[in-house]
Amino acid sequence: MSEHHHGHGHDHHHHDNHFTDMEARVKALETVLTEKGLIDPAAIDAIVETYETKVGPRNGARVVAKAWGDPEFAAWLKRDATAAIASLGFTGRQGEHMRAVFNTPDTHNLVVCTLCSCYPWAVLGLPPVWYKAPPYRSRAVIDPRGVLAEFGLELSAEKKIRVWDSTAELRYLVVPERPDGTEDFSEEQLAELVTRDSMIGTGLALSPEAAR
Amino acid sequence: MNGPHDLGGQHGLGPVAPETNEPYFHAEWEKRALGVTLSCGAFGAWTIDESRHARESLPPATYLSASYYEIWTRALETLLKRHGFLTQAELDAGHMLERGAEPKRVLKADMVAGVLAKGGPCDRPVETSPLFFAGERVRTKNFNPETHTRLPRYARAKTGVVEAVQGSFVFPDDNAHGKGENPQWVYTVVFDGGEIWGEGADPTLTISIDAWESYLEHA
Repeated sequence: MSEHHHGHGHDHHHHDNHFTDMEARVKALETVLTEKGLIDPAAIDAIVETYETKVGPRNGARVVAKAWGDPEFAAWLKRDATAAIASLGFTGRQGEHMRAVFNTPDTHNLVVCTLCSCYPWAVLGLPPVWYKAPPYRSRAVIDPRGVLAEFGLELSAEKKIRVWDSTAELRYLVVPERPDGTEDFSEEQLAELVTRDSMIGTGLALSPEAAR
Repeated sequence: MNGPHDLGGQHGLGPVAPETNEPYFHAEWEKRALGVTLSCGAFGAWTIDESRHARESLPPATYLSASYYEIWTRALETLLKRHGFLTQAELDAGHMLERGAEPKRVLKADMVAGVLAKGGPCDRPVETSPLFFAGERVRTKNFNPETHTRLPRYARAKTGVVEAVQGSFVFPDDNAHGKGENPQWVYTVVFDGGEIWGEGADPTLTISIDAWESYLEHA
């Protein structure tokens, strides 16, 4: 950072320093590791590109849409989610041990990781900030209805809520209920109704009207 | 450890505040933090359990005020220093000052797709049969180790029901501290909201955790 004209102290809060603390910190880390030959900046680009363009919630939406339209696949997903999901080509990091949990008219499922940020990357991609942040992690287990209300989701008072705390290496995918009025929909059209939040449990699948 | 990461049931941490059309990254440095963290994980020098423990060992005030990519970055610095790959002096200087430890593997761009698609499965065979069966009532143990554990505080000394035997997996409480993988059976255990939160609990609520066998005893 030779362009800095205010010396090399550790006080990086000068108004003329256009790097934030974290920018500077990560830059230093990446520079040292690159100079040592321990990381390949092109590999970092490839990782970022993977999660910006290839591995995201559209993967999970395809799984859910197939389960809605194909009872045999749904049964397989219930029995062995890892294999059923892998059959669609979605495997790998933070999707090694998958479980699919199905919403029913009686029960709504909600997934959290109170201890860190465990999330099914292979089907949902990188987790949103709120999923990893203290408010969601603290409240999902003690006040799920209050949390859902902040997502605009009001469940009926008698609906049972099951919260899955991802404390081990199992990663949970919620299969939301199939919306009414979608009997004639193709798998592609169904997938358009499946939001990321509906697969975490903080939302429902979209109605055909809402998706338009 | 009873650290700042063990958040289930805490009050006062504010609204969830979901962001509409949230981007994958909120700053360029977050992209680099993700890539550097995953690249260094590929060294094979530490386990996912050790990295989780490094994150939860951050000072509580730091942990609770940091974004998750900041938590990752700070913990990664700890791991890299602990395993001899770099020094604090190098981080301060922003440049290499000396050669450090050599990793088993350096992640190159052409390896990324394969490594990410393979992931890091942590199921392992065990020789024993499961001690508990689906449908059985069990009680979680009460313990408060200063070391890594995946039994949250809110779920200690609580009675629930085994819903499923999920297979056998690396035991993080040992593996985080270099004591070996020592796999155990893992069970999904379901608790009534009232058992966990007592008076005033949502009567429609059940909560499950995935518990290693040594977290449990017969109820």
